[in-house]
Amino acid sequence: MAESIVSLENVEKRFGSNLVVRKMNMEIQAGEFLTLLGPSGCGKTTTLRMIAGFEDASSGIIKVQGERVENKEPYQRDVNTVFQNYSLFPHMTVYDNVAYGLMIKKVPKDEIAVRVAEMLTMVQLGGFEKRKPDELSGGQKQRVAIARALINRPKVLLLDEPLGALDLKLRKQMQIELKRLQRKLGITFVYVTHDQEEALTMSDRIAVMNGGVIEQLADPRTIYDHPKTRFVAGFIGESNIFDGAVKAVNGKRIQVQTPAGLITTYGEGFQVGEEMHVSIRPEYLDASREPVEGFDLPAAVKDFTYMGTVVKTALDMKDGSETKFSRIEQDDQLREGDPVYLFWRPEKSVAIKKTVPQGG
Amino acid sequence: MANLTKIQRRKKMLGILGNVYSVLIYAILYIPVVVMMIFSFNDQRYNYYWNGFTTQWYGKLFSNHTLIGSLWYSLVIAILATVISVLIGTLGALGLKRFEFRAKKLINNMLYVPIIVPEIVLAVALLIIFMNLGFALGMGSILIGHCTFCIPYAVVTIKGRISGDGDSLEEASMDLGANRTQTFFRVTLPSIMPGVMSAAFLSFTLSIDDVVMSNLLAGAKNSTLPVLILSMNKTGITPDVNALTTIMILVIVAGMVLSNLVKGRLHKNASK
Amino acid sequence: MKKPVDASNDLQAISRRRDVRRKTLPALAQAGPVSVWMILFVTIPMLFIIYISFMSRGVFGDVIYEFSLESYQTLLDTTYFKVILKSLQVALFTTVLCLALGYPFAYYIARKPPETASKLIMLIMIPFWTNSLMRLNSWLLLFQTSGPINNFLQWSGITEGPITFIYTDALVVLGMITNMLPFAVLPLYSTIEKLQKSLLEASSDLGATPVQTFLKVTLPLTFPGIFSAIILVFIPSLGIYTVSDVLGGGKVLYIGNIIKNQFGAIRNWPLGAALSVLLLVITGLLIFIYTRFAKLEDMEVV
Repeated sequence: MAESIVSLENVEKRFGSNLVVRKMNMEIQAGEFLTLLGPSGCGKTTTLRMIAGFEDASSGIIKVQGERVENKEPYQRDVNTVFQNYSLFPHMTVYDNVAYGLMIKKVPKDEIAVRVAEMLTMVQLGGFEKRKPDELSGGQKQRVAIARALINRPKVLLLDEPLGALDLKLRKQMQIELKRLQRKLGITFVYVTHDQEEALTMSDRIAVMNGGVIEQLADPRTIYDHPKTRFVAGFIGESNIFDGAVKAVNGKRIQVQTPAGLITTYGEGFQVGEEMHVSIRPEYLDASREPVEGFDLPAAVKDFTYMGTVVKTALDMKDGSETKFSRIEQDDQLREGDPVYLFWRPEKSVAIKKTVPQGG
Repeated sequence: MANLTKIQRRKKMLGILGNVYSVLIYAILYIPVVVMMIFSFNDQRYNYYWNGFTTQWYGKLFSNHTLIGSLWYSLVIAILATVISVLIGTLGALGLKRFEFRAKKLINNMLYVPIIVPEIVLAVALLIIFMNLGFALGMGSILIGHCTFCIPYAVVTIKGRISGDGDSLEEASMDLGANRTQTFFRVTLPSIMPGVMSAAFLSFTLSIDDVVMSNLLAGAKNSTLPVLILSMNKTGITPDVNALTTIMILVIVAGMVLSNLVKGRLHKNASK
Repeated sequence: MKKPVDASNDLQAISRRRDVRRKTLPALAQAGPVSVWMILFVTIPMLFIIYISFMSRGVFGDVIYEFSLESYQTLLDTTYFKVILKSLQVALFTTVLCLALGYPFAYYIARKPPETASKLIMLIMIPFWTNSLMRLNSWLLLFQTSGPINNFLQWSGITEGPITFIYTDALVVLGMITNMLPFAVLPLYSTIEKLQKSLLEASSDLGATPVQTFLKVTLPLTFPGIFSAIILVFIPSLGIYTVSDVLGGGKVLYIGNIIKNQFGAIRNWPLGAALSVLLLVITGLLIFIYTRFAKLEDMEVV
């Protein structure tokens, strides 16, 4: 296992009576691209700010390179941040912004000039030295912010929704560039975002956060294919989630009774009568005119949505809920209002334990 | 005109009307200034009626020791008031914007008192306090009086210029290795500099033009220029005062134009 | 048994120490001077003047420190009461005229492109860098009995003899307007400028005539600016004494002149204090009304 560069031990953060981060434990490994992913207010930015030193943890231990940092000021920590709104100094040129950290450290002027030039070339901003931040586009500001942080050669780069303000096309492009940059420099990136697609494309590992707790910490594939909690299943990608109780267990094959009907999934460690969730991606769903073995899931076709490469079909279930499935092309046989039976290959679905609500 | 529609014609008429109207308004504001300038060339000691053209006052005013003395007195007070007000105002604006403390609401409301309450009330209130404490009236009392109304203006002006993301700029600076002192001088202060400059300009003009405070809080010895003018009003304002005032406004306008030119030039260079 | 080191206690101590360094000290250094200044030179003097207003005047112009309503009773004397009414009247007149002249003017500027608008605003401010007494004196020179205006009126045959303009309330009001107009125009301009053009277009699109749009949309939305203008013109007009000193020739007296006189030759501090308290009460009342529908911080005072 790789060396851990940042570690959080039982870290908690309280704002007044509001517990924003609860008993968090996390080891961030050297050189990895780790994303903190979650909806707004889940504590991801607060976690990042505690590592940077802008917020004090209410309790717990934070270590950077094995050294405790609770009583170190932000300027004494060997981490740098790329801020959500860039936070470029408006009164300084691009050059002065990027040179700032080195100038503070009293690095000789010639060396600063060389390193700034190098850095600006790397982020493809050569020739922009004399510009002021308000003369740059969003994407250019972003590059300056990255260059300004990276020039200090930090052990860890913290990025707080750095691409949030960019339009979709530019965001996609910057995602790729950032990933390449991280590979090239081998610096640990801790990246905060609420965009699950962004997290999946860029990260080595993702920590999915909700309500101040890490729900799952794993690589993107595992997160996508084997969500550990109902929240993760619902938050990452599109999922149909059925809540029900185990009716029968046959080896790994589990039959689950849900309000919408009977379904089958694969899983281990489930008891008959136990409440659980079953998650199935729209692309793995199938429909037939007759019930299929192990399934009794009647539905009626509601409408079709053309999404470019795929067609999404919405179906009404008998318990009033809605299920979606997607296909490359519109299924010719289906018409609005058609009654169908839904099914899937049980190994494509994910059996999820019902989580006991966090007790403080 | 013939091929304009009715609506176009009406819009054009409204436009012309607007221009004429605004010229009239500017006339009300500028006529007094122009008349004041014209009478600085009046060839008569008692400046009531136009007697003929002369430029002599522009030379003679420098030998009017009372006038020049009061000008220096005003300038010294204005510069000191500006420095004190901008110093306290800058710190105050930052402190009141950033920190939460118990008396904050009281202080915030108190700041509006000198701005809104008629100046005479504040002047009289200070006068009573000074008299009761046996504080000798003079430059010190005038200075305190001027600062008392300049500081609130400075705080309000600078507070308006502290951008919402000031905190995050400071965080960025500390993140990049600058400690609090370095951050203050390299990031915080420069980013509010435009506000500080306009606060300084405002404080200076408020102080140098002030009559009410200076009049009530002045000792027997010296008087500021506006107070001198007020006292001359009874006997008639002599043309050398017009000449001095004319020079002052020309200096200020020239300074403004120059600073704008420099700013424009700097901006152009920066974007090249 | 050895007691385990309590990491969280340790952390709390660190956190407390950092709070002092990060917040308490900077807060004191930054907000301290302004707070002390305001309390020493605004709060205390204001409270003291209220206190003095309830004292009475001794025979030699000294203050007798015994509770008395004498000064307030004096205010109700016909002589003083008339002055108060007249001051209110002149201030009101000035305010109405400044609003009436300033609103269309502010509207005109606000509809210009931003760069032109900021130049036009600058153009309003420039005259204010000239000493206000000198500007007031110019009106006096113009409206002299044998000044240019009277000469013109007689030459053109509009009037027979000279008209007495100087030392009249009308000329005082003109002087007030030239001193106060920007304080009406600036807040009006900034609210009108913020008014979105699309709102006016929406109103017109929904069938309102320009007049209806003005009454139903523009006027209500710019009301905070109007009220700011009222406060910023009315209150100073009420207390100002230099305009009447210069243009009223000391013959026209307003509250400001009376207050000033109590601290000069007449030497009746309690009466001057009571008049000041009257101004404070009027100011407080207007501000109270203002804060019912707008925030004090939003008042465009600069």
